[in-house]
Amino acid sequence: MSDAVTENEYDSDVEAAIRENHPALITYITAGDPSLEDTKEYVEALDRGGSDLIELGLPFSEPIAEGPTIQAAINRALAAGTTPEGFFELVDDLETEAPLLVMTYYNMILQYGGSEAPRASDGRAAKPRDKPEVRPFVERAAGAGLSGIIVPDLPAEEAGPLRAACDDHGLDLVFIIAPTTEGQRLDDIMSQVSGFAYVQARLGTTGARANVSSATHESLARLEEYDVPKAVGFGVSEGDHAAEIVEAGADGVIVGSALVDIIAEHGSDTGAAAERLEAKAAELKRGARRGADSLTVDGEDAPEPEQP
Amino acid sequence: MSTGDHERTHESNRERERERERERNADATFGDDYGGQYVPEALMPALQELEDAYERYVLENEDGFMDEFHERMRDFGGRPTPLQRADRLSERYDREIYLKREDLLHGGAHKLNNALGQVLLAKYMGKERIIAETGAGQHGTATAMAAAHLDMPCEIYMGRTDINRQRPNVYRMRMNGAEVNPVTAGSGTLKEAINETMRDWATTVEHTHYVIGSIVGPHPFPKLVRDFQSVIGDEIREQIREEAGRLPDSVVACAGGGSNTMGTFHAFVRDDDVDLYAVEAGGSSLEIDAEEGLAPNSATLSTGTDGVLHGAMTKLLQSEEGQIVESHSVSAGLDYAGVGPELAHLVETGRVTPVNVDDDAALNGFHRLSNLEGIIPALESSHALGYLERAAGTAADTSSGQRPRDEHTDELGDLVVVNVSGRGDKDLETVLEETEKRDLEAAPDVEVFDA
Ligand SMILES: Cc1ncc(COP(=O)(O)O)c(C=O)c1O
Repeated sequence: MSDAVTENEYDSDVEAAIRENHPALITYITAGDPSLEDTKEYVEALDRGGSDLIELGLPFSEPIAEGPTIQAAINRALAAGTTPEGFFELVDDLETEAPLLVMTYYNMILQYGGSEAPRASDGRAAKPRDKPEVRPFVERAAGAGLSGIIVPDLPAEEAGPLRAACDDHGLDLVFIIAPTTEGQRLDDIMSQVSGFAYVQARLGTTGARANVSSATHESLARLEEYDVPKAVGFGVSEGDHAAEIVEAGADGVIVGSALVDIIAEHGSDTGAAAERLEAKAAELKRGARRGADSLTVDGEDAPEPEQP
Repeated sequence: MSTGDHERTHESNRERERERERERNADATFGDDYGGQYVPEALMPALQELEDAYERYVLENEDGFMDEFHERMRDFGGRPTPLQRADRLSERYDREIYLKREDLLHGGAHKLNNALGQVLLAKYMGKERIIAETGAGQHGTATAMAAAHLDMPCEIYMGRTDINRQRPNVYRMRMNGAEVNPVTAGSGTLKEAINETMRDWATTVEHTHYVIGSIVGPHPFPKLVRDFQSVIGDEIREQIREEAGRLPDSVVACAGGGSNTMGTFHAFVRDDDVDLYAVEAGGSSLEIDAEEGLAPNSATLSTGTDGVLHGAMTKLLQSEEGQIVESHSVSAGLDYAGVGPELAHLVETGRVTPVNVDDDAALNGFHRLSNLEGIIPALESSHALGYLERAAGTAADTSSGQRPRDEHTDELGDLVVVNVSGRGDKDLETVLEETEKRDLEAAPDVEVFDA
């Protein structure tokens, strides 16, 4: 991908993408669903549709944070033979305006670039290979032009090694804030926000929902005092949700399952899926803007949205 | 405050922070790496709440928690279980063989030690609902029994494949009032059931406790489960001293996730003279088929590589790229691509020796104990017995397709304890089917069973 603007007042491309395009639209799809070639077209469609950041899922066989929609996408991607190397080659090829993030599980990061796994072909205990290491993945991600990493099974307490590697390579490591994150842990995590705070809208797994949860409003109220970009994900599926969430104080919305649903519905009709993805992104972005406008028009005591 | 003061305060704050982190890490891991808490953020507060409860109730016996646990394990569970001298096996192997009879525990397996402990702990913590995964159905059954006993609502996640091959246990769970939720994802076995239980927990974590079924998962589960199971080894220690006047030369237990294993070993880890053998399922072959994402075994300690699964850094059966592969064993309870992080650590330090026997050897172990001692063991436990034959058997008979005698033959010593982690009633269908397909030296004639 092309280098995004780096000369700005913000810490990173990711933060800049949110602040400068406020309110931001962040979109997610699973790489390799149904093939890496299709993913390329879908990412470009989402970019055209107005995504300000795009998350690409690198599929892992045990996606414990995912609901049925994204689980199915991951299964399709794995069945299509998606590998980390194939994923990085896709990213090498992509030229989008929106910075790209990779979303994957920790084991995928640990194993990347490891020596060949031992085989116990003679029935004796295999020689254990060296301890797995996060750096090869981060180096490759930076080389491919990715701007950040999101790891749903890596809480801040375990993130030290990955955080250090990301810092060295100028990547953001985005942390998730759950409805259950409170007190000292909330303070600790908010003090080390990188890129943006990923605000999980509700307990449970990913998946498109019909409404905005009350937990979203509670979380945004609880996070109001922290001056970091906040984007809300888990369940957002419509322009009206985006409007409501931005109105409640978010700097961005994150949409995944609703887009994956579109991809699943269209199967091999890549062109039609791409068209609908672009339109869906545009609808979501319009919704987010509507939410921001209603704040500037009648929101007396609402916080001013950041404008560049 | 001068700049110097300010810097010093800042420094000492950072120092204190690092100190706290060191302490936390020392607690959450075994050695430097194994263990940890690799879970979604939403679960972290619940894990910390559980750490606190573990410390207070289990480690410090607050409110007499451990007293109540032991009392209920006696009255409801039937503890202590016997340590029995196996006369025929002792003769066959020309040494003293003792069996720890966890098959006699209520429910028919060691699983109740952990299930009752955790359900009771959930009660002390004020939780209102219990969820658990199960593979063979033994842990699900034990959890359902414990939940009924302690009057807690209970839901069990079980893979579709496992439901089909372990029907009697599904009925037992339903009889005890538990909901059984089929999991259709993937191959529909234990790994998928754990995934789905974690997803439920991530949704209901505020009032629900997840009773994990082995010494796996994020900290503090591996320690918590081990401490409830370590009653096995504590009893063995006392019983063998009484019976034989000394500690055993070696202790043998099967290992899937490794809860009966660590439960048996924990009391002996400090005794360097006692050798500890963890027997894994060699399945039908130790090769991994990377193309198919399949390992026809679950010999994680012997052949696995380090990685993160279900909340912990441990040894795993995985592809080079980090995808977890499907494991296989004739015994559903050993059929898992991971293993407890504490066992991974003890294997790495050399304290525990990992060995494995294949499906055939386990089936022979099953028949031999049934036949010679009048005890029908679980197929899981049969792996430990299969290993005993290989390491101590008269097996000059490499001709019969048996593996040659094991390198540990002489190391097993004169006084050996084998943990019989469960009874095999649940496995009879499988054993009959698998025995008919094979020519097993220890098997009786099973033709009479054909209608
Ligand atoms: C009788 C018996 N033994 C052993 C196991 C394996 O579990 P673990 O390795 O945690 O002891 C099981 C699991 O279902 C079992 O039922």
